Amino acid sequence: MQLETKIYQKENNLKIGKLLKASAKDFFGSLFLAKQLAIRDIKAQYRQSYFGLFWAFITPLTTAFVWVFLNMSGTIRLTDTGIPYPVYAFSGTLLWSIISDSINSPILSTTAAKGILSKINFPKEALLVSGVYKLLFYSAIKVVLLLVFIGFFGVGYHASLLLFPLALLGVIIVGTTVGLFITPIGMLYKDIGKFITIALSMLMYITPVVYVLPKEGFMKTLMEINPLTPLILTTRDLVMGFTPEYLSYYFWVLGISFPLFFMGLLFYRISIPILVERMSA
Amino acid sequence: MQEDKEVLIKVEHLSKKFCKDLKTSLWYGVKDLYSNITGNFKERALRPKEFWAVKDISFELRRGECLGLIGHNGAGKSTLLKILNGLINPDEGKITIKGKVGALIELGAGFNPILTGRENIYNNGAVLGFTRKEIDTKIEDIIDFSEIREFIDMPIQNYSSGMKVRLGFSIAAQMEPDVLIIDEVLAVGDLGFVLKCFKTIDAILPNTAIVFVSHNMPMVSRICTEIILMEHGNSQFQGNDVGKAIDLYYQRFTQNDSNIVFDDKRISLLSVNFSEKVKTNNKVGILNWGEELVFCFEIKFNLPFNEIPYFKLIFLDKELRGVASVKQDETFFNKVKIKKDEKISFNVSIDNLQLSKGIYSVNLMIVDRKREVSILRCNNILSFQIIGDTQIWQPFLLDSKFQLN
Repeated sequence: MQLETKIYQKENNLKIGKLLKASAKDFFGSLFLAKQLAIRDIKAQYRQSYFGLFWAFITPLTTAFVWVFLNMSGTIRLTDTGIPYPVYAFSGTLLWSIISDSINSPILSTTAAKGILSKINFPKEALLVSGVYKLLFYSAIKVVLLLVFIGFFGVGYHASLLLFPLALLGVIIVGTTVGLFITPIGMLYKDIGKFITIALSMLMYITPVVYVLPKEGFMKTLMEINPLTPLILTTRDLVMGFTPEYLSYYFWVLGISFPLFFMGLLFYRISIPILVERMSA
Repeated sequence: MQEDKEVLIKVEHLSKKFCKDLKTSLWYGVKDLYSNITGNFKERALRPKEFWAVKDISFELRRGECLGLIGHNGAGKSTLLKILNGLINPDEGKITIKGKVGALIELGAGFNPILTGRENIYNNGAVLGFTRKEIDTKIEDIIDFSEIREFIDMPIQNYSSGMKVRLGFSIAAQMEPDVLIIDEVLAVGDLGFVLKCFKTIDAILPNTAIVFVSHNMPMVSRICTEIILMEHGNSQFQGNDVGKAIDLYYQRFTQNDSNIVFDDKRISLLSVNFSEKVKTNNKVGILNWGEELVFCFEIKFNLPFNEIPYFKLIFLDKELRGVASVKQDETFFNKVKIKKDEKISFNVSIDNLQLSKGIYSVNLMIVDRKREVSILRCNNILSFQIIGDTQIWQPFLLDSKFQLN
């Protein structure tokens, strides 16, 4: 039987094809490990809590509630959204939470696995996949709640709802791609993580999350440039049964993300040994 | 015979550098990330605040061989293991490893404290590269091997560290590696379990190339066929002479300070030496195997005694385990009255000393004969080295005659 041969040396093999093949092999070879890690984290998180899964959607729910309250009480005046405002606000904060979770997912999964990264050699892709699994799980819970809202507020269930999961998957891929590129440097410097948190909370206000795109002005231009805008709007339009307005921009963002995603994957793969070296004594 | 077994690990001029300062290290990390994506073809020199943690190590290991890595803490052993395991990349040199690599560097990686032992078997098994099916078929063996079936459905945060190691090893023992890397992980288990672990390792040794890091020299001399003694990242000694390597290792820790552990002031030990017949080197007696060992004592009694107390001599090996005790010569301890401030001197001789090659130290206990209480206890009053050709890891090499009946 031919034994598998591994070579470790300073020089990197930069043949993209070979690297991609190795990465893909580890990616698919580690699906069980990824699933196991995701199940472990989800179970562990809720076994020590009474309210359990309730915590998964409490953040977007409270943010939405704050905006609903501000709007209803007349503290701020928002343009009509075309659908009941609570549904609009909740769908926005929910989609936003999925975007921000998927951007943070690679760095969180990698940091959480520091202990095993410096001790055991396993396919690192499993960490990313387990991050995606967890995202899908939590997103599914949020989506169920959203569906309940839609029914409750009489928006109705449209056929375009069937495309919604696909659009959501696109959102997760875009977010994870962004996360992949910041992970290696973010693992070295804590500043990156803190910066991302602040940047995301500010970005939310130039994305149509809790209010609609203005008809004109500087804010409209800014929001239209923001690549997160088509992600939010397209997915929301599909839920509500509207014709997506920014569909072509959405496909552009997704189309650029795909090749970047694979590059990010390779960057992540070859960066791990350097990170392990710097983070463990 | 050995030549036809394939080389599983080949290490050529391996070096690795580390940085002493965290902030600088992080910045170098960013630079390395960049040079990494451009292929890393440049030669690596030491940058400011860096040092070689591993420098120019080369070896080859075949199936059935076991390499012992020894050296004091911080000598670079664990770094070398991490490079071998592919966790970090070398800065110079090359490693070629064939076959499936198993690492016992940390047991129970991926355990989550909230989850039960059974659930964690799946987590750890997955990290070690098992498939779900493999774990399903092996789980009963794993639980039996760990001997903690009773607690297998309890959250492992309530396990003792020994129990966690048991579970972790039981899972790792199911691997069938071609190359096995062992760091000192088994120290926590109780004796029964450590014995079980080594039985497992003995069983897989013939089909495996093992790299073994340990500070336990009897263990090293028992299973290793080749040794690298590391110091400051360099190989200080490398070869098949396991005994010589271990002697070199111990020489780094020899200390000639004797210390008094207990003293009730009734007796003063004025001097203790080897007799003139015994050769010495820097106060350490040098004897051939089977020679006679003679100590000379000089004692002062600070109070009157009705009889001479017992002089108990205990020989310890390099790991400070007692290996022998000297029988009291009853004819010497006859009833002699001793006056206050009287000095006596006497010899203790041991014929045909059959201790095996190595360095031994001597502890002294002076004990009241009637009441069996200590008067004076003194550790490491002398040390001596037995030299000889036969290298064994057991403390005694007994003389014998074989004859046909």
